[in-house]
Amino acid sequence: MRHLLSIADLTGDDLEHLMRLTDQFAEVQKADVPKVPALRGKTIVMAFFEDSTRTRTSFDLAARRLSADVITFSAGSSAVKKGESLRDTVETISAMGVDAIVVRHAGSGVPRQITAWTDAAVVNAGDGWHQHPTQALLDAYTIRQRLGSLAGTRIAICGDINHSRVARSNIEAFTKLGAEVIIVGPQTLFPASLSGWPVKVEPDLDAVLGDLDVLYLLRIQQERLGAPVLPSLREYRARYGLTAARLDRLRDDALIMHPGPMNRGVEIDPHAADDPRAVIIDQVAAGVPVRMAVLYQLAGHGQFEADVVDAPATDGEGAR
Amino acid sequence: MTVTVITGGTILDQSGRRDADVAVDNASGLIVGVGSGLDGDETLDASGCVVSPAFVDLDVHVREPGFEGAATALETSRGAALGGFGAIVAMPDTDPCADEAAVLTDVARRSGGGLAAIVPAAALTARRAGTGLAPLGELAEAGARIFTDGDRRITDGGIARRVLEYLRSVEDAAGVELVAAQPPLRPDLDGAGVMHEGMWSAGMGLPGAPSLAEELAVAELIGLSRITGAAIHIQQVSTAAAVAAIDAAKADGVRVTAEVSPHHLTLVDEAASGYDPNVKLRPPLRPAPDREALVDGLRRGVIDAVATRHAPWPADAKEQPFADAPFGALGLETAVASILTLTDLTIDEIVPALSWGPAAIAGLGADHGTPIVVDRPANLAVIDPAESWTVERASFGGHAANSPFLGRELTGRVRHTIHRGDAVVVNAKAVR
Repeated sequence: MRHLLSIADLTGDDLEHLMRLTDQFAEVQKADVPKVPALRGKTIVMAFFEDSTRTRTSFDLAARRLSADVITFSAGSSAVKKGESLRDTVETISAMGVDAIVVRHAGSGVPRQITAWTDAAVVNAGDGWHQHPTQALLDAYTIRQRLGSLAGTRIAICGDINHSRVARSNIEAFTKLGAEVIIVGPQTLFPASLSGWPVKVEPDLDAVLGDLDVLYLLRIQQERLGAPVLPSLREYRARYGLTAARLDRLRDDALIMHPGPMNRGVEIDPHAADDPRAVIIDQVAAGVPVRMAVLYQLAGHGQFEADVVDAPATDGEGAR
Repeated sequence: MTVTVITGGTILDQSGRRDADVAVDNASGLIVGVGSGLDGDETLDASGCVVSPAFVDLDVHVREPGFEGAATALETSRGAALGGFGAIVAMPDTDPCADEAAVLTDVARRSGGGLAAIVPAAALTARRAGTGLAPLGELAEAGARIFTDGDRRITDGGIARRVLEYLRSVEDAAGVELVAAQPPLRPDLDGAGVMHEGMWSAGMGLPGAPSLAEELAVAELIGLSRITGAAIHIQQVSTAAAVAAIDAAKADGVRVTAEVSPHHLTLVDEAASGYDPNVKLRPPLRPAPDREALVDGLRRGVIDAVATRHAPWPADAKEQPFADAPFGALGLETAVASILTLTDLTIDEIVPALSWGPAAIAGLGADHGTPIVVDRPANLAVIDPAESWTVERASFGGHAANSPFLGRELTGRVRHTIHRGDAVVVNAKAVR
């Protein structure tokens, strides 16, 4: 595998491998100098056609901790201005001699399209409603850190599944790692067809709340409220929000997760985010070593290969 | 004057199959001999080939005037000739739009270098806006037989009804058959859909257009034909439900005809899984059961015509995110080859829907899709059903190459095309 485009392209073994690699980079993070020369001399471009401060910062830090040179193109910068075709933009970036392109774009499928126009490894940092594979990896890693494994766990993903790249990638990652996934919400927030989706569908959050290992809340976009998909903030909060009453019913050992940024008071009550069961900050923290693992795997070796799992990360390029 | 003899082929027309050579004359534009031992100045080898009346495409975006950056009339007609087409009906969505007689005359005048006849359709409503009538009487006098707003349907039922009533009056007064052609779209349900709403759109994270939109649009079109008596041609049918509704309406005597594209006959929604904007069509490609119903509908004659909705786009327009790229694909050059390769339809089953079926709908029956006999117009397609070829950028009539079949190997190829007695395609190469 030359690129990371979708969790669909990975097997359960690939995911386990990346998490073991993440363990090694998490160790690097704890060192006095949290930096390894693994990607010294490599150039990584952050092509953020859609703004995303947290994801871009996380990738940026991951690349720098691997000693890569980092170039950033953001929405609004001249290189990604409107009018130029996507191909022209990518070929321009690519012509500078880059080893990996980290792409965030509002259009589903753009990272896959880009692979036709560049020799660099392409890392999907979120495309439209389609996929956000590093988010799925960091979420799976966070659960694994807390619960030991995802196998046999029961995870509810609640909210706007249809418009969520996080939901699509997490459902695939969690089930490939052995979890049972339940999607919770009204039909208007689900894709029209769930044929082939390895999920149970539950319109009533309270019906599953008491027996969950993980409650994963999705962000509700303000523009959905009042649109035909959701009547009001009040009704969404009453039916699907993580309120004090629901916090009480959640198991003591359950995890509360959210991809951020949170709408406190919509999908999650203000104090619920600060509950000891909430691991939302852990998710953010896991982002850097997960992305180090991904960049190391793709830019360092040109492909995912199971045989690098034992390579000491601190040896960097000396490992090959 | 040059007489060209097409030798060694099998004629396939309204009378079925028979082995015979055909002699055509480029001065009169007529067939001057059918049989064996014919004399001529030039010879074209047709051994192993079917010789049929040249094809007629009811649904082509010629792009000139106004969008020559995508294709010129010459390029589009070259594509037509390469695909075996002798006449193409030009959608009115040019700039200026063909909603007045002067524009219609201008489009007809752009002969495309004589490689194929360009037959302009006229707009149904002013500026194709779906609100006020276009001058249908004046446009009919200028020669229009097909009236359409191109890719747009008149979605206001009250306006659609009045437009069709007026068209019916023009038809009665003129004494010629006029047809309102409309696509089976419903913007309220299609919404922002960029592909079929189903398993693939859900997984790919793209907004979908549901089959229900087409089912309801077709029901509305059939009802409007019933109440007004106007002939309605439904463009680009894509669903099993539409085929069933059209079948029932025809049995009921409603003046309805339908077309299907080669793409919808050969591809399914899964074809979009790699996010290739060249498979982004409207209506979208549907799942396999719909495709099978379309093939069956064509075989049974429920669907009258294969029409490509040929839509050239410059490369940069399609090198965009799937959701942002425009709808449409090239269709002329690969029509017969794609159907022969990717369906179980035989050449005998598709030639009627490529030739005299659409010619009759467009009112072109005197010049196109005519039987291959002496003194009839010499518009012919010579097809080798066994030749395999790879679709390349150079396979198209112009510089646009937005075909879902680009890079694909197809079996079945148009070897020669005769237009008004002239060999305009010889050995799969256009002469100009």
